[in-house]
Amino acid sequence: MKAVIRITLKNGVLDPQGKAIETALGQLGFSGVDDVRQGKLVELSLAETDPEKARQQLTQICEKLLANTVIENYDIELVS
Amino acid sequence: MSVAVIVFPGSNCDRDVAVCLAAALGEPPIMAWHGDHNLPKVDAIILPGGFSYGDYLRGGAIASKSPIMGEVIEAANRGVPVLGICNGFQILTESGLLPGVLMRNSGLKFICRDVALEVGNTDNAFLNAYQRGQHITMPIAHNEGNYFADADTLQRLEDEDRIVLRYAGGNPNGAQLNIAGIRNKAGNVIGMMPHPERLAEAVLGGEDGRGVFDSLVQTLGRS
Repeated sequence: MKAVIRITLKNGVLDPQGKAIETALGQLGFSGVDDVRQGKLVELSLAETDPEKARQQLTQICEKLLANTVIENYDIELVS
Repeated sequence: MSVAVIVFPGSNCDRDVAVCLAAALGEPPIMAWHGDHNLPKVDAIILPGGFSYGDYLRGGAIASKSPIMGEVIEAANRGVPVLGICNGFQILTESGLLPGVLMRNSGLKFICRDVALEVGNTDNAFLNAYQRGQHITMPIAHNEGNYFADADTLQRLEDEDRIVLRYAGGNPNGAQLNIAGIRNKAGNVIGMMPHPERLAEAVLGGEDGRGVFDSLVQTLGRS
């Protein structure tokens, strides 16, 4: 079973990288681009075939390592 | 008295810390490898600066899960003094021994220069040689030193007098409350972004950092 995990900064957490991207886009002439936020995307394969158990395992993976929940949210998508 | 310096793949200040410890203690520290499951019984532990695991995922994130950290956490919970410097501070927040997180510097640049600091709470094993309110200089060298915690945590740090170092000559990295170093509630675990080992003898241009190692000697000598 494959999964995609998106890790994003929580609302209200300053994102200097997102700001720098936004500034660069403005300099490239893309007008009207606002609220740029950047994050991480992790793809992985699991031996687990039961979607419910896979989701539980992925939640643990996110909580223990992939996301720092002080500043980050995570979103788990089971792809197949 | 024995002190352990934990060495992770990518640590690069471990030997500098060992030199300072040897000078202060009169004997070299134990260099403990991150993959070890058994940490010898020691009187204090230092997590040095560097780029453990290449800062992959987040600074200190992967190091905080390495085998020896289970031993470090257990020792910290028993009251053994633990100091994390720079990447070591990041490892301590990632391991949950200290609250908050060290985010990317607000200016997006790696900063390597001396900074002015004001000493806060000195009632701990690593800062008791300084005076509260004393102004000192130490170098910082980091890309992720922007201390962040939620409002409740920041309030608790203030109320419980747990901020041990603050930037005093301008905020270099966006850290909340100008935080450069904090302690845990019990007071035995300290994290700081500045590098005391890089300014601990006159030949390096100053000795303001030496007090960290002298403090430890005073503490261990007393206990």
